[in-house]
Amino acid sequence: MAATLKLEIVTPEGQVYARDVDMVCLPGADGELGIFPHHAPLMTLLGEGEIIARRGPEEDRILVTRGCADVTGNAVSVLTVFATDEAYLDEVKAEEARQRAEARLKEKLSPEETSLVQASLAHSLAQLKIKRRPRL
Amino acid sequence: MPSTRNIRRRIRSVKNTAQITKAMQTVAASKMRKAQDAAVNGRPFADRAIRILANAARSLEDYEHPLLEEREVRRRAVILITTDKGLCGGLNAYLMREAAKYDRESTVFIAAGRKGAQFLARTRRNLAAEFSFADVPTFSDAMTIANAAKRIFTEREVDRVEVLYPKFINTLTQQPKAQVLLPMECLWEEGGAGQDGEKGGNPTEVDYLFEPGASEVMNGLLRWFLDFQILQLMLETKASEHSARMVAMKNATENADQLIKDLTLTYNKIRQAGITTELLDISVAQLAIS
Repeated sequence: MAATLKLEIVTPEGQVYARDVDMVCLPGADGELGIFPHHAPLMTLLGEGEIIARRGPEEDRILVTRGCADVTGNAVSVLTVFATDEAYLDEVKAEEARQRAEARLKEKLSPEETSLVQASLAHSLAQLKIKRRPRL
Repeated sequence: MPSTRNIRRRIRSVKNTAQITKAMQTVAASKMRKAQDAAVNGRPFADRAIRILANAARSLEDYEHPLLEEREVRRRAVILITTDKGLCGGLNAYLMREAAKYDRESTVFIAAGRKGAQFLARTRRNLAAEFSFADVPTFSDAMTIANAAKRIFTEREVDRVEVLYPKFINTLTQQPKAQVLLPMECLWEEGGAGQDGEKGGNPTEVDYLFEPGASEVMNGLLRWFLDFQILQLMLETKASEHSARMVAMKNATENADQLIKDLTLTYNKIRQAGITTELLDISVAQLAIS
């Protein structure tokens, strides 16, 4: 059995994903990063995109918006505020989140809050985009 | 001996009280479930965040950041997180006992929660700011407090920022706990808000690669991890509050039920004594007539 990577994705609401995987693709702030087992220790900020985890022939996709990843030896921990496993993606909830975020943006917010709400909006839009994209 | 009427009145009033405490117990119990889940689910994130920061800071020996700066502690700020409402057992009292231990001259307090603010005003301590937070603490609540803490720390008004909050252990136990928040170095030396078995985590002495760059990563991390620390502490407080209230109200209901039982017993005794005397009177009168 080849070496595997322990991938964990944690948000403030709890753990979203924890599995042993063969390879992980991370949406780094400056571009995609492919992480294989025995990667050099790496700490990176994440942008917006999908984390793709390969397990043999299978593939899990988790949508994240911002956050950071810590790669040590054979473990990858991802910390992010917004993470949605695409297997459990809920279009209705995403749409609700989008409307909430848009409504919030119209209020008067501090700069930090604005950036958080914008991230939340971006996350819900990305979810909707995936849900509505034609299946290949 | 009190009259039956008085006892009846007392029973009725105790029953009313029991009804109220019972209702409050039910409300607290349902809120408690949610608050406990939120607190427990938030712990892994808070833990990891600290571990990642600790690892990063260790591999960057000479990295400097205003939030990491360690100074001799001359003045300190204490963020006192309490509940807004009472009726939750000794929860706030224990916190205040801890708060009272801080040196009066060199400590400024930041109150989060109304009970703490009232206490600090009553004991005439230095109260720098007062914040309130919703029953379900939001990120923006935490951010407001975090920003205040960051400001007084970076402007060197204080050399250390601590948080005093009731740590949620389980439904029956909550413990007042003081945690150093700034400089952030202390955070990972003591383990953070979560402490989910792993503590601050076995620090790995490795040289990290940083993407996009060390200072960008550290800046990004430090900025929002502090906010999440405070959010986590607020979640812990809420979990403690609702648990303590649930238990306090449960005890109150049980006490009231016991009281009702005792009073009913006394009431029946007096009533029976009355009946016996009356019967006696009647039989004596009967005897006298015949």
